[in-house]
Amino acid sequence: MLNSYLPILMFILVGILVGVGPLLIGYLLGPHRPDDDKNAPYECGFEAFETARLKFDVRFYLVAILFIVFDLEIAFLFPWAIVLSDLGIVAFWVMAIFLGILVVGFIYEWKKGALEWE
Amino acid sequence: MIELWNALPLVIQILLKIVIIVLPLLGLVAYYTYAERKVIGYIQVRIGPNRVGWRGWLQPIADAVKLMMKEIIIPTKSDKKLFLMAPMIAIAPALAAWAVFPFSEDFVLADINAGLLYVLAMTSLGVYGIIIAGWSSNSKYALLGAMRSAAQIVAYEIAMGFALVGVLIAAGSLNLGDIVTAQAGSVLTWFWLPLLPLFGVYLISGVAETNRAPFDVAEGESEIVAGFHVEYSGMAFAIFFLAEYANMILVSALTALMFTGGWLSPLPQDWVDGIPILDDGFHWLLIKTFFFMFLFLWFRATFPRYRYDQIMRLGWKVFIPITIVWILVVAIAVIYRLPPWWSA
Repeated sequence: MLNSYLPILMFILVGILVGVGPLLIGYLLGPHRPDDDKNAPYECGFEAFETARLKFDVRFYLVAILFIVFDLEIAFLFPWAIVLSDLGIVAFWVMAIFLGILVVGFIYEWKKGALEWE
Repeated sequence: MIELWNALPLVIQILLKIVIIVLPLLGLVAYYTYAERKVIGYIQVRIGPNRVGWRGWLQPIADAVKLMMKEIIIPTKSDKKLFLMAPMIAIAPALAAWAVFPFSEDFVLADINAGLLYVLAMTSLGVYGIIIAGWSSNSKYALLGAMRSAAQIVAYEIAMGFALVGVLIAAGSLNLGDIVTAQAGSVLTWFWLPLLPLFGVYLISGVAETNRAPFDVAEGESEIVAGFHVEYSGMAFAIFFLAEYANMILVSALTALMFTGGWLSPLPQDWVDGIPILDDGFHWLLIKTFFFMFLFLWFRATFPRYRYDQIMRLGWKVFIPITIVWILVVAIAVIYRLPPWWSA
């Protein structure tokens, strides 16, 4: 059991290493000539005005909330999907009701305009 | 030879296997960028890179060397720790997802039961790299790009997840190897046919997930320059670049695995049994993956960029209803053992 997860852990470490290695190479080989203008935030050649910590559209937040609902739904569907062929038609109707409730919510948010980006 | 292999400590064995996977992968990423420039060049009736080496074959190496020699600029206003961590967080999951990938019947590094779940988890982590990069840069363009990109990835992840549920129902397993063997037969028993709508949704969502054209509003060069990685330079930028291409290869390979039978031969099993090239093998997986990788380039050269509201509409209002309906259809088909796919 644990044996098969060791390679995964090592692979993640190698992945991080592939991220760190090039940074180190770039740091060692590249020049270091910082100056105020070069290190200023990019804004098409202008001096940056105001802060970059902008207010952003509330719809991004809405998308994140909707995502959580649907992603949880997917998490619930995973185990059901695997054993479905053993459980048969009863399991299908159970999940159909569950999905039905989700769809009601989905229709509600659609009608409410939560999915509009005008 | 085998004795020598067995004499090595387990950790070294695993490490060697990882190197065997990661090195060709990084090489493929490098030459994928070259292929992209060449393919798009020819589509636009240009030649593409042709100066460095024979027909430009050394171009990716020249690019890498150039990027190594560049200064890594760290903006004064940025959150320096997060700024340097972001590329790492972007590339690590893009590579780590390969840990459970079955390259052929016998070669898989970690043959775990929750393979697909692990892949889903790893590909979901990629969005952190983007949002951390965008926020820590403390630049307006970077923040806007990161917000757009995150919302888009998140929206398409739902469609992708639902498409995967369809695959799970069809295969009855989370293990990637089992998903492939469940498709055994011929080209007609692969899941692309019974799961055709999900196949389309998965492929298009894959393009959107990797922020590729025509869904590349997050880095749309003509409006927000480069999006979340606008402040990155040199190797820090190169890592984001690597991560993006590694993700494209991953999506292509997963599509090949889940919908077009992975390493299985397209010809009926009893025709090709034992015939060297025609029989199942890694080369089939490679051909299929290359095909989907080519599609990414083809899309980029062909389609104009979507507007952001169009992207969100497609994700939420088209893909999610399609996938929900098709999940129910597949569920019924599996329960009533619709031949030829689930007759056994």
